[in-house]
Amino acid sequence: MKKIRIIPRLDIKGPNVIKGIHLEGLRIVGNPSILAKRYYEQGADELLYIDVVASLYNRDSILEIVNKTSKDIFIPLTVGGGIRTLDDIRTLLRAGADKIAINTAATKNPEIIKKGAEMFGSQCIVVSIEAKSISPGKWEAYIENGREKTGLDVVEWAKEVTELGAGEILLTSIDREGTGTGYDINLTEKIASLVNIPVIACGGAGNIKHIIECVKQGKADAISMASILHYNKITIPEIKSELKKNGIHVREYGKNNNN
Amino acid sequence: MEKIIIIDYGLGNLRSIVKALNYLSKEVKITNNPDEIKNASKLILPGVGAFKDGMSGLKSRGLIKPIKDYIKSGKPILGICLGMQLLMTESEEFGLHKGLNFIPGKVVKLKDIKKVDEEGYKVPHIGWSQLDIIKKDSIFSNIPNKSEFYFVHSFYVKPNNKEYTTSVTMYGKQEICASIQKDNVFGCQFHPEMSGSLGLEIYKNFCKLNS
Repeated sequence: MKKIRIIPRLDIKGPNVIKGIHLEGLRIVGNPSILAKRYYEQGADELLYIDVVASLYNRDSILEIVNKTSKDIFIPLTVGGGIRTLDDIRTLLRAGADKIAINTAATKNPEIIKKGAEMFGSQCIVVSIEAKSISPGKWEAYIENGREKTGLDVVEWAKEVTELGAGEILLTSIDREGTGTGYDINLTEKIASLVNIPVIACGGAGNIKHIIECVKQGKADAISMASILHYNKITIPEIKSELKKNGIHVREYGKNNNN
Repeated sequence: MEKIIIIDYGLGNLRSIVKALNYLSKEVKITNNPDEIKNASKLILPGVGAFKDGMSGLKSRGLIKPIKDYIKSGKPILGICLGMQLLMTESEEFGLHKGLNFIPGKVVKLKDIKKVDEEGYKVPHIGWSQLDIIKKDSIFSNIPNKSEFYFVHSFYVKPNNKEYTTSVTMYGKQEICASIQKDNVFGCQFHPEMSGSLGLEIYKNFCKLNS
């Protein structure tokens, strides 16, 4: 029974977790250490940190956050945002990340996926694809946290990164992100059915039904969400309980019995 | 005095394992110094990446003999993920490559099942999976059966002798070996340092083992 992974996403700006809509916006929602610990204790299967303005601010703050928050959290941590070189990857892994998520640099120099996979192992390399709908069934890949177009067709790009050795794809719908109107099911299903590596769906969860349909119809292997958790609309135990009721397998959690 | 050594042979993120052991208040050293490895009281062989790179990482640092000597002494060694795979005779990853041959058997690829009726299992196998624990002592002494651990791998081990398999897990319809033991040589395919509090128990149990 394949277990669907629940992966809270923390967008980090400086010392804070922030939240935006369509990948924009500056609302502070909390402290990374507190949120990370809370989600870990509630049964999150992995954690995802995205440094949303890595190119503008000092990189050291994300490293410090990764270092500090990972000390007593023992689930996989993926860190992304502004990774440009193989050295950046190495530095993040040394600071405590288990996997890295890369977008902009991969579109500009796809070889970094291949070299990163060879050097650190495919399982460390998550390629992040931010997708914006241009017409039914067609999406364009964006970079710089949803600010810049690339002209790349998401379906073709997903195929290419898979061939280059990416371990997973983190697929974010820019149209749905932060809106709470549901994941882009067509996008998720298209990519998840096409590639033979796991796809983590991100962007749009507003209620449990959205999460269920993203797994059942979207065929996502893992689900990432931000607003719905940060704004306390639902908790991780509630998500897992509902998924189980709907026949979707998840990892059992609970401080007393397991993990 | 307990000397827990993690072997640094150029592969893998060692920090997560150090973090786990530090959390358990264990002092641990990362090294590729042959004497320190030989004289360790507990040895951990981590690993993330490709088999042939792992073997050449060990070879180029002259670590194969110190590890062999350590194992001969009867002290416990724990291989994790690729580290466990390296303990086997050989691997089929990117060609046929020889391993350390401490546990007879080979390393083979997970079958990529992509049909709809097979629930779309993908390779690499990434995520949490339940263990059926066969040998309920040593590192599994207080671990409930069906406990879940975090896996991330594309290859798995097939020991020649069933008695070396200490736990299994299902991947689609494939039953795969999740952990092994032959005398003082232990291995886990999953990552205890990424498996929450039960993963920490695995490390605790390993540290409690006597030679």
